Amino acid sequence: MADLAISPEHGAAGAQDEHATSTGLPNTKIAMWVFLASECMLFGALISTYVLYRGSSQTGPYPDDVFDIPYTSVSSFVLLASSLTMVLALASAQKHDVARMRLWLLTTAMLGLTFVGGQVYEFTLFYDEGLSITTNLFGTTFYVLTGFHGVHVTVGILMLLSLVSFSAADRLPHDAAFPVEMVGLYWHFVDIVWIVIFTVVYLIPTPSPAPA
Amino acid sequence: MSEIESRFEEELGARDMPDPREAQAPHHEHPSAKEYIRIGVILAVLTALEVATYYVDVGGALVPTLIGLSVVKFALVVMWFMHLKFDSPTYARFFMMGLAGAATLYLVVLIIFGIFPVE
Repeated sequence: MADLAISPEHGAAGAQDEHATSTGLPNTKIAMWVFLASECMLFGALISTYVLYRGSSQTGPYPDDVFDIPYTSVSSFVLLASSLTMVLALASAQKHDVARMRLWLLTTAMLGLTFVGGQVYEFTLFYDEGLSITTNLFGTTFYVLTGFHGVHVTVGILMLLSLVSFSAADRLPHDAAFPVEMVGLYWHFVDIVWIVIFTVVYLIPTPSPAPA
Repeated sequence: MSEIESRFEEELGARDMPDPREAQAPHHEHPSAKEYIRIGVILAVLTALEVATYYVDVGGALVPTLIGLSVVKFALVVMWFMHLKFDSPTYARFFMMGLAGAATLYLVVLIIFGIFPVE
């Protein structure tokens, strides 16, 4: 059976994962989806905590005092655009258009850097306005949630830049679509987490603080 | 059919295993660049609608509208950009398990902290 699993006749499986499995699906892709499922639990816990303590802060600053919705909206558009450029990189990789794939991957990384830069700037502004991670429940839950997300975006940028450098060094397989798709899955996951954070944290109004 | 292919078919049949060549292949082709751009435009419009709710007073419909829009955006990204609409349903099952776990966790936290008081 082993010789059959890696035989050229079954090249579709061989190109993506040299070990055929009982499911017939590539191990790497299954592992990525299981990892993303576990990440759902992580962000589910962080978002639950934020929602639970929403409006419970006894002292300011409160969300309405610090949030700048137009600014964060631009950041959201930037991250959304990066998801589009990521799938365009995949489409180029599937057509074996390496030059265009690198261009879209770099564009995605640059958009991700813009998002993270914007988040660092936002955190700085909030800190200057008196909101630190220890100020109140809002500060603690907000910085932990959005900080974890920012770290995930940063890891995604490193993965994208690694792909570009591997491609430039000719260390990606001829069919680069599979590694690009795996990094893309992670990147889109980071985007869908932001879709939830943007709505739950920024757009849904926080109830007025309870009187002390 | 070559000898090696016949042996392969026999072994699959004998072990009741799925054919990797069928399971491996996407159920449909992945979308084209044009379709990706169309989905991207739809996502941008939905985001613009979300932001518009900050400026336009929609009263009690605000929270349901925002949640509805984010659910649609979430689904579009997962189905089209992450290809769950086109790939093997096994991946979707794994992801749904994660989402169900997150939802359960959320409910358990709410129950524990007394929003839904435990008798």
